Amino acid sequence: MGHILSADQRQLSGPEPEVVSSLLETLDPRSRIMAAAVFSIAVVSLDKLTALVAALVVSLLALSLIRLAWRNTLHRMAAMDGFIIFMLVLLPFTVPGESIFQVFGFGVSLEGILKAVMIGLKANAVILMLMVLVGTMEPVALGHGFYRLKVPETLVHLLMFTVRYIAVLHQEYGRMRAAMKARGFRLTNRMHTYRSLGYLVGMMLVRSVDRSEHIFAAMRCRGFNGTIHLVDDPRFCRADCVFAALALGVVLLLFVLEVAPGAAY
Amino acid sequence: MYWRSRLARLIELTDIRFSYPGHSPVLNGAALTVSAGGRVCISGYNGAGKSTMLKLIVGLLRPDSGRTLAFGKERVREEDFHEVRCQAGFVFQDPDDQLFCPTVAEDIAFGPLNLGKSKDEARAIVNRVLDQLDLAYLRDRITYKLLGGEKRLVSLTSVLAMDPQVLLLDEPTNALDERNEARLREILKDLPQAMVIVSHDADFRENLGTRALHMTGGVLQPIA
Repeated sequence: MGHILSADQRQLSGPEPEVVSSLLETLDPRSRIMAAAVFSIAVVSLDKLTALVAALVVSLLALSLIRLAWRNTLHRMAAMDGFIIFMLVLLPFTVPGESIFQVFGFGVSLEGILKAVMIGLKANAVILMLMVLVGTMEPVALGHGFYRLKVPETLVHLLMFTVRYIAVLHQEYGRMRAAMKARGFRLTNRMHTYRSLGYLVGMMLVRSVDRSEHIFAAMRCRGFNGTIHLVDDPRFCRADCVFAALALGVVLLLFVLEVAPGAAY
Repeated sequence: MYWRSRLARLIELTDIRFSYPGHSPVLNGAALTVSAGGRVCISGYNGAGKSTMLKLIVGLLRPDSGRTLAFGKERVREEDFHEVRCQAGFVFQDPDDQLFCPTVAEDIAFGPLNLGKSKDEARAIVNRVLDQLDLAYLRDRITYKLLGGEKRLVSLTSVLAMDPQVLLLDEPTNALDERNEARLREILKDLPQAMVIVSHDADFRENLGTRALHMTGGVLQPIA
């Protein structure tokens, strides 16, 4: 999907190293992944509006602390929201409950509206936190983190190879597209256009399979026997302890808000 | 007549300056003229800007400054260059970049269909150009499974199918064996089109070219 992002968007972090983001860099990838995972699970299991709003505020706070480019980040959030918007819009009509008003003769239930708001809050809080903690990581560091967290090796290598070869495939796509242009091709609403684009995608797939076989052969020539050894040094340091404590504190706070007496929502 | 002399000059690039983003300039005021029937050969070291020059002619790259006249008009916008691309056939260095349709016939038909030809017309063109180059036996082969030399010849055929006035050839003899190279040479010699040939092969250049240029220091200089 590299072609969707412009060059400065590829990595989420901004151009100049900020103090806080460089602090984030010193953390072990594992603590960032774990913190994001724990936060996500906690937020998903919350059921009270106050707690969910607090979660979103925490995510926004984290975002402002590491100073990601707001526009790009919100743009990505909007992309995610686009996926769930239809479900959110339909929920008030489908969730049973007392109808508070009617749209085109269909009753809108308060329970439904609440459900939609909650799901919206949960999704955005989780995605935002993932972008802040995991999205700013070098993809290779992410792979190493997964590997140390005992994620199945096959999946980690799949990720690593994707990271390595997505640029190669993107270049290949660019060259083929230029060659098509050179023969007078342009996008129109004709069968010819769709068929040609289909051929382009198909040829990319065929070539990828072929390339993977070449790479596999080259790996075997260097003694590959099924395991790839990742070389890095896990460095769980004091900063990680502080960060983990902070993350746990935040999650605890959310749960306190959840069980605190008060409004039913 | 004036307009005739302008038309006889198919392509005229003047004072072209170009640099890839973040790199030092590749072209520093390069100029190139291609006249009808002429075969211009360009030599030069790796990275001297030979391929860049070809891409600038058809607007796949745009110069930082300089003028591009092609087929009697100044070319500036994408729309202008679309016209240029339909009249100047670009044969890429790597035939794999160019051949992307499943079969040879479909790939050759791709250009004519882009020019707005009907399916039947395109089919007739495919047969005509394949016969012209004695390649009819490749017609229904899978492009992906062609041999290196065959790929090169098919990519040339697929460009000729658009009936261009000029051929732009980027390292046409790359990875060809002697037999296929000789064959390509014969084919090119018999074609009426004007050509710009970028090649490292001195023999090939000498054999085909009517004019020899050398790319050095970002400019094209004539070789005596």
